Amino acid sequence: MSARKTDEIAGAGLKPNQRPELAALDDETVARALTRMHLIRKFEEAAEASYMRGLIHGTMHLSIGQEASAVGTTLPLEAHDYILSTHRGHGHCIARGAEPKLMFAEFFGKETGYCKGRGGSMHIADVEGGNLGANGIVGGGLPIAVGVGMSIKAQKNGRVCMVFFGDGASNEGAFHEALNMASIWKLPVVFVCENNKYGMSMDIGRAMAVANVADRASAYAMPGHCLDGNDLAGVAAVAREAIAQARSGGGPSLIECKTYRWRGHSKSDRNLYRTKEEIEEWRSQDPIRRLEAELKAHDRFDAAALIKLEEDAQREIDSAVEFARTCPDPDPKDLTRDVYAL
Amino acid sequence: MPSDTLEAPAAIRELSYAEAAREALAQAMEADERVFLFGEDVGVYGGAFGVSGDLVHRFGTDRVIDTPISELGIAGAAVGAAITGMRPVLEIQFSDFVTLAMEQIVNQAAKIRFMFGGKASVPMVVRLPGGSGTGAAAQHSQSLEAWFAHVPGLKVLQPSTPYDAKGMLLAAIDDPNPVLIFEHKLLYKTKGHVPAEAYRVPIGQAAIRREGADITIVGSSIMALKAQAAAERLAAEGISAEVIDLRSIRPIDFTTIAESVRKTHRLLVVYEGVKTMGIGAEISAMIAESEVFDFLDAPIIRLGGADAPIPYNPVLEKAAVPQEDDIVAAATNLVRRGEA
Repeated sequence: MSARKTDEIAGAGLKPNQRPELAALDDETVARALTRMHLIRKFEEAAEASYMRGLIHGTMHLSIGQEASAVGTTLPLEAHDYILSTHRGHGHCIARGAEPKLMFAEFFGKETGYCKGRGGSMHIADVEGGNLGANGIVGGGLPIAVGVGMSIKAQKNGRVCMVFFGDGASNEGAFHEALNMASIWKLPVVFVCENNKYGMSMDIGRAMAVANVADRASAYAMPGHCLDGNDLAGVAAVAREAIAQARSGGGPSLIECKTYRWRGHSKSDRNLYRTKEEIEEWRSQDPIRRLEAELKAHDRFDAAALIKLEEDAQREIDSAVEFARTCPDPDPKDLTRDVYAL
Repeated sequence: MPSDTLEAPAAIRELSYAEAAREALAQAMEADERVFLFGEDVGVYGGAFGVSGDLVHRFGTDRVIDTPISELGIAGAAVGAAITGMRPVLEIQFSDFVTLAMEQIVNQAAKIRFMFGGKASVPMVVRLPGGSGTGAAAQHSQSLEAWFAHVPGLKVLQPSTPYDAKGMLLAAIDDPNPVLIFEHKLLYKTKGHVPAEAYRVPIGQAAIRREGADITIVGSSIMALKAQAAAERLAAEGISAEVIDLRSIRPIDFTTIAESVRKTHRLLVVYEGVKTMGIGAEISAMIAESEVFDFLDAPIIRLGGADAPIPYNPVLEKAAVPQEDDIVAAATNLVRRGEA
């Protein structure tokens, strides 16, 4: 929470040099955003450490460095809105409010996890919380979002569906089919591309004929926004606009967040396709430290308050790991339990 | 269930297979606002095989939705609508085009419930006109049902009569799982008794179309009809064939097959899909692995489609899938072999 009381902020008015995107976020919102960014970072660091310590098998796709896009885009969503995520989806889950301890339990394959240990890192879903699932198939969620949009429209429930995908997915047919259908039917869908420059090892410059994924929006007659994906406030401002448009019947938008994954594609990645210098260059644009620096510069939070947010997040993640470690494995007799609904 | 009120012959109402399916769609849409139809040319065109007919005029373009030619996209849209409270019924114009939609059906629809630990279900229906005999050649004539029957999480149906076309479609729409219905294109114009009320044919129950003592012939879709015609001819030759119409490929009604084989001691499995690794292989193996194996007086025979794409030339096309003559010959051979 803010080190200063909200009424003092309101009384003081805006600092003249505070940009409107940041000013639009009140202290409570910005603290929530920062907390979630910390939770994502620390969740993934703990996931990586758990892997190294042999606590899990399987693989994982870390989004360290991409926290601002996950949190910024989802910040203006309402509680009943939907998201669909990707194989690199821990961040989207946490940004949407998933409980780290249930996510860790899922990551560890435990019966107490979000998906009772059947889904794992790549399939975490919190259907009741509006998270319709991460996805092991590149672009797999894109057409599903179209159907969610159809459902929202038919049920007239005023919701919005936000679907995440990577730059690589924008080269899949699913992307083009989904954007076209969402646009012709003016569905309440927000397409969010997290462009981290690589589809596994394939540089976007070699994989894509246009410079930006957002350029492709014009082919589907929808707004395309190309953003600095490491700028929380800037991302949130554009997302707010796209969500409002979707909710009011104005149809879908395509948001491209240019960002970077600091880690490899997955645990098998030996990083042969990019340089240390490039990674270092992007690490210097750490979205978390950038936001903190800006908040301090505008005297909205002091250092102690910021440190407390980070420490609280670390504590939550530590206890989440401990919870997951002590949870039971699923019973093999339940192997086929949820193949069919009865 | 057949209606008691329709016992008098004068009251028997005949509909074509396509009309029966349309009536199921209309009744499901009337009964439940969550049901909607979509697919390529299902609107004013009425569906490539005339199944949707006038439904767009009766239910409007919000519930009978023409889609772009985007099979992957529309299959995914069905998944998304299904997991958020709707009951989508999707038509894949020719079942062959489902190859473009495999990702969403196999990776998403079939697995979501399991991957999410039972916290979501995917109540969607996909109708797929399939089969050969129209001269449309290799990319418009396949029988792909066995592919999907291999995927846990999916249900796969093959109604052969107008009665089942209606009752099984209504049952599929009620079902909380993804259900694929393969409708044989040559069956759309066939006519039969179809009660007016909204009845259901339970999924996973085979039908004994004809009782017999000497041999069990198992088929589904158009092959169940060919088997019945063959059985009539066999009867004239003194062979009493029991004909089982599978109707449901997954789940499969093994009990009915096993009981029949226990009685007749001989099994012939007939299917239009490619013989190798097909439905017949599965049924044969199920019998071989069960205690019913001891009741066999002769080897099981599979009569399946040729290991070749469906050819264009009509003579070749006919030769590529089992015909009535083939069934008669195989059954006769099997019974005589058993007697020898």
